[in-house]
Amino acid sequence: MANAHAAHADHPEPNYLAIMAALTVLTILELMVPPLVSDKLTAGSLLVILAVAKALLVALYFMHLRFERTTLSVIALTPMAICVFLIIMLLPDLTSTTRTYTPAEPTAVSEPADH
Amino acid sequence: MSEAVVDSHAPVQQPAESPVTPESWGKLGMWVFLAGDAMSFGGLLAGYGAMRASSPDWPNPLDALGIELTAFMTFLLIVSSFTMVKALSAAKHSDLPNFRKYLLLTIVGGTVFLGLQAYEWTHLTDIGMTMSDNPWGAPLFGTTFYILTGFHGCHVFGGVVYLTCVLFAGMNGKFLGENSSPVEIVGLYWHFVDLVWILVFTFVYLL
Repeated sequence: MANAHAAHADHPEPNYLAIMAALTVLTILELMVPPLVSDKLTAGSLLVILAVAKALLVALYFMHLRFERTTLSVIALTPMAICVFLIIMLLPDLTSTTRTYTPAEPTAVSEPADH
Repeated sequence: MSEAVVDSHAPVQQPAESPVTPESWGKLGMWVFLAGDAMSFGGLLAGYGAMRASSPDWPNPLDALGIELTAFMTFLLIVSSFTMVKALSAAKHSDLPNFRKYLLLTIVGGTVFLGLQAYEWTHLTDIGMTMSDNPWGAPLFGTTFYILTGFHGCHVFGGVVYLTCVLFAGMNGKFLGENSSPVEIVGLYWHFVDLVWILVFTFVYLL
């Protein structure tokens, strides 16, 4: 146990100050996107890329995922995979078919039959 | 294992080391919890995206929400994540004064974040944004905003309580050197809260 611990704690300590500075710079870049990029799709893509980069920095260096065993990354990535699946499952709900759906006029079909 | 069976008065020990996190089982437990928690946030964010995409009159968040204050809150969480890793580093190097100092700074960062969020919410409710209505457009804008930021705020509050417990428990040097695992585990939780805020900030405030 002690040996495993010592071997595990051996990884070099990342330069935390540099990570914090990178996160701050990426946040400033994010703030500059909406006023500078007018195209919605480009701005959205840029913001998502910047956010994912920041999230990766936190997970890899602050949460030390980079220095852990691969299995732990698999645990961390599982919810991401399930969320992607969830989004794909939600997509049919967002098509124009649903958005423009209007309930049909009540018709005479369901009139009570004469007995 | 076999010695533990012979001596029934031996202190209770973990039966074997975890193959994924040899330092402690608690760390593996925290990661599994965070994976589940990530699903909660993932579900909320996906639901938010679905509602937003199917609402034609969704307001532009940049017009409705104050970005400057939230950008500062984001910076605050980033700094508190930094002080958290410094606290862990100090604990590993058996540096008690720095462990206390950095953990306390992390707690202060989380508390100020909560105070600013309370201020933001008060301001937003004052100008008419509630769970069911807002002056700019789709009512779901307010609903999703309060649910997402509120759920995250609850996590920050939980984190501040958790960090405070670790600070008090480790005040006298209980978590130094080889015993720093509880500090690492609370750190994982705190960084996760920071990571989620990075995503919430982008999807709710900037997009």
